[in-house]
Order: sequence, then structure tokens, then C-alpha cells
Amino acid sequence: MLQRKDRILIIIIVIIAALSAALTALTRNSAGELLRITIDGELYGEYRLSESRTITIHQELGQNEIVIENNTAYMKEADCPDRYCMDYQPISRGNETIICLPHKLVAEVIGASDGQQPDVIVQ
Amino acid sequence: MAKKAAYSAMLTALAMIFGYVEVLIPFSFGIPGIKLGLANLVIVLALYMLPASQALLIQVARIVLISFLFGNMSMMLYSLAGGLLSFCVMSLLRRIQGFSVIGVSIAGGVSHNIGQLIVAMLVVKNLKLTYYLPALLIAGLVTGALIGLLTQKIKPVLEKSY
Repeated sequence: MLQRKDRILIIIIVIIAALSAALTALTRNSAGELLRITIDGELYGEYRLSESRTITIHQELGQNEIVIENNTAYMKEADCPDRYCMDYQPISRGNETIICLPHKLVAEVIGASDGQQPDVIVQ
Repeated sequence: MAKKAAYSAMLTALAMIFGYVEVLIPFSFGIPGIKLGLANLVIVLALYMLPASQALLIQVARIVLISFLFGNMSMMLYSLAGGLLSFCVMSLLRRIQGFSVIGVSIAGGVSHNIGQLIVAMLVVKNLKLTYYLPALLIAGLVTGALIGLLTQKIKPVLEKSY
């Protein structure tokens, strides 16, 4: 069934996956404090995870509603065509992301020191 | 010629049905948006039974048709990126001695996911999406292996009737 080159291919893929997973784990800082939202690569806003709130985003591509509560963030509503962004588990740790591809929106958890304006939460 | 055309049309229709089945019943793999890619079964079969140009035609036709019928324009962009990259990789590996259908299909699954990841990174302009690479590699490996296994079972039956 499996031939020798198949096995080599599988081993190479698993090694690359393991290496990139290890790299990800090393750079993932456990304590996330801010939620950074970017749209089309532009900063939309940064919000403290410790403060519960609902962020409603209106933009030309559509609407998203992100909820922050209990130090986690999740996508509550979206009017994008695929709704995959609403399937993500709530995020709370550094570098975890929720992505809404049709709306070019990325919500990522970052450490307080990674914020653009550590003292001012822009909106 | 007529037989080849009929065969291509039949495989395209089959790929569209598989695409529709996956819209109705998504086989989720933990990451939002990851699919088994049943339609890819048809493309792997076509690669082994028809000339590469014919298989490519089926691949492009089914992506365009499925996107128009059940999806949207952004879905077409991602499907084309993944679909064309995986097609190139699979038709190359198929020519190399020593790979079975399963190996070819695994390479297809993995490269499909990489193609989509690259387009996604370009669309949202965020390099941090590389965090999904390990999960997408493993998902491509598993779905590719499943599709390859299925192809290995189905191919002899189809060849007999072809």
C-alpha cells in the first residue's frame, strides 16, 4: 500500500509540523492582556481582556460583534458569508487569534508590552 | 474523444455533488474551515485515468461551478489558490516513480492547505497566521491520506468499466 517515498514524505511533513509547532509554543507568551483587532492589516483598536465589553465593528465589508468577558474574547455575531469566525473557541492566551477572512478581520491576544499605546486603549 | 469528454463531464458532476455534500454536512477537524475535501477524490482519480490537461480542466470547472452555486467570490479565490497549487504538486509527484496514490494525495492535501494559508495571509495582511501552519499540515496529511485510501479502493473498479 504505502511505498517507501510515501513514508519519507509523511515523515518530512510530520517533522516540519512538529518543528513549527515547537516554534509557535516557544513564542506564545502565556499571559495575554490585550485584544488587538486589525482590519485589512490596519489597527482598529486594542482592548483590555480584563474589562468586559462588546465591540461592534461596522465596516464596508460587513459587521462583526466581538465580546470580551472573563478575560476571554469570542466572535458573537458576524454577517460574513461563511461564519467560520463564530466557530472559534474563545481566545485568552498570547498569540491566539480569531480570523474573519471575508471581512479581512484579525482579532489577536497580545501581551501588554506589545500594545501600540500601552496606556491608552484606542477605539 | 467522445468517451473522454463524457468521462470528464461525469467526473466534474461527481466533484460538484461531493462539494455540495460537504456544504450540507461539514466534516469538521477542529479548525474552523477545514474540510475533508471529498471533491479532491475526483481530481486524484482524474489524474490517474485521464491526461493531465483534462484533469486540470475538471479541477478548474468544479471550483468555479461549486463557488458560483454554493459559495461566493472569496471562496473561489481560496479554492483556486489551494486547488491549483495542489494540482501542480500532485501531477508532478504522479510522474515520479515510487509514490503511491496515497502519497500523491497527501502531498495534494498539504499543498492545498498551504496555498490557502498564503492567500489568507495576503488578504488579512497578517503574518501571524503562520501559527496555523502545524495544524494545517497535519490536517492536510490526514485528509490527504483518507482521500488517497479511498482512491486506491475505487480506482480498480472504475478502470474495469472504463
